This record gives sequence, structure tokens and C-alpha cells, in this order.
Amino acid sequence: MKSLKELEEIRQRALESVNLRKERGGTRVVVGMGTCGIAAGARPVLLAFLEEVKKRNLRDVIVTQTGCIGVCRLEPMAEVYRPGEEKVTYVKLTPEKVRRIVAEHIVNGKPVTEFTIGAADKQ
Amino acid sequence: MEDISLYILDLVQNSIAAVATLIEVSVIEDLQNDKLILSIRDNGVGMDSQVAKKVTDPFYTTRTTRKVGLGLAFVEAAAQACEGNLQIFSQPGNGTEVRVEFKYHHIDRPPLGRIDQTMAALVACNPSIDFVYTHITPFGRLNFDSREVRQRIGDLPLDHPEVVEWIREYIREGLDEISGGGGV
Repeated sequence: MKSLKELEEIRQRALESVNLRKERGGTRVVVGMGTCGIAAGARPVLLAFLEEVKKRNLRDVIVTQTGCIGVCRLEPMAEVYRPGEEKVTYVKLTPEKVRRIVAEHIVNGKPVTEFTIGAADKQ
Repeated sequence: MEDISLYILDLVQNSIAAVATLIEVSVIEDLQNDKLILSIRDNGVGMDSQVAKKVTDPFYTTRTTRKVGLGLAFVEAAAQACEGNLQIFSQPGNGTEVRVEFKYHHIDRPPLGRIDQTMAALVACNPSIDFVYTHITPFGRLNFDSREVRQRIGDLPLDHPEVVEWIREYIREGLDEISGGGGV
């Protein structure tokens, strides 16, 4: 069984690994969590982002949520904001697509064009 | 929505929009009375009785960007399909409680789903809000309170990846222990 004591150990470990996400000027990922998004599968998408951030120890990436982004038929959607770059909107996401977006866009700076809203509209 | 954990995720969005700082979610599996009772209570801005009467109407919303609001309408329809109902208790300035009852053994009653994932997602995205989760079954009771977590982690934020993972596991293990092996 999980104990509250473990939280203190997590705290110790985290404090030892310096600059604890202090500079919040990094990449921001915003997942649409309106009724439409949730019904379409936003939760596994959000959890996949969190898991990748944890696994890759990406300290300057923030994953957060918003309401309905406005194109419900393309949910689950997420927006990626990298400092100094234009926002990229990804549509019809799955946890598999998220793993590619984290690796190629968030880590390596190259948006996954085929998953963006622009590509979806051409279909 | 496929299951109750997704309805919770959706209903809590209303509390977040109402700028709540404390959101209490509870699920009671009352097998004696054949009921499953879901309650979401917040300390947000609340609403008057006129608004509270209209919010389960799919064509009522407080948003200005579009004209539909399906969250509460969906939950009410799901509850009514299971001989249940949805009630709203609210006052301006005094927060809101949404209480949903389902007949427990109704064939159409949605399964509980992954409540651990719902709570982890909520905490990760809203680290400044406090969440309480209580789940009662005939086999026991699970209590989760993010304020207790905060006390232990000090200046570490609630959305630290390892803290979020701890919360998810804590709730998952706690629910396993009180599920009585049934797993609904």
C-alpha cells in the first residue's frame, strides 16, 4: 500500500535534483478537455503526454488543460506552444501519436505535420 | 461517455470553470439500497435557482463561444436511463453540489472506469486546486485529500510527475482494496 511517507522521499529526491522546473518559460502543451474532448479520448492522450514528460525527465515542459477548443469533430486535440514559435494544433490524437509528437516536436523541435489541423483539413 | 470516471472528469470541469479552489468528489456504492451515488461539490461561484434549473438543458450554456453545453445533459440522461436522477444544490457565492444517483444493478448503469486516471489528470492539470476523493463500498472506504499530500511535499508542486504518479497509484490501490474483488 502507498504511504504518505513515500511522498517525503519523492520530495527529498526532487529537491536534490536541482532547478526544479523553476523556469516555467518552456514548452506548454494544452489538451482540450471539454465534454467533446473527454468523450473522444482526451484522458489517455493527456496521460500519455504526462508519462512521456516523466519518462524523458523533461523539466521545462508543462502539460495542462483547457475547455472545448472549438472543432469538436477533430477531438482529441492538443496545442503545443514552444517559446518564440507559432502554436501547433494537433488533432485526432492517440497515445501513439503523442509519443511521436513528444519525441519529434517537443524534444527535437520538428512539428509532426501529418497530425496537425492543417493536414486534417486537406483530407 | 463510457464510464463514470469520465463523467467525473467532465463534471469537475464545471467546478474549475466556476473558479473553485476545493473540489470534493465522492462515490458511494450503497448496495443495501441498490444505489450508486456520485457527488461533486465545489466552493466555486455557485449559481441562482433560475440558472440551476436550466443547466441540464443541452441548449443552455454560460459560454459565449457557442450555444450548446452537453456535460450535465449527458450525465442526467445516463442517470435517468438507470432509474436514477440528477440534483443540483447551489447558491451564488456558496458553491455547487451535483448529486447523481444510479440504480446500482441496472443493466445500463455505466461501469466505474479508471477513477485513478481521472484524479491524476485533474491534479496534474490543476495544481493550484485542492481535490478530495472519497469512495465508500460495503468493504471499506478510500480517502484521498490533496491537502495532506501538500503537507508532505512542502514546496514541491502538486503536479510534479512523481507526485502525480503516487496519487494515481494511491487511488488505484485503495480502490482495489475496497472493491471486494468484484471490480465494477
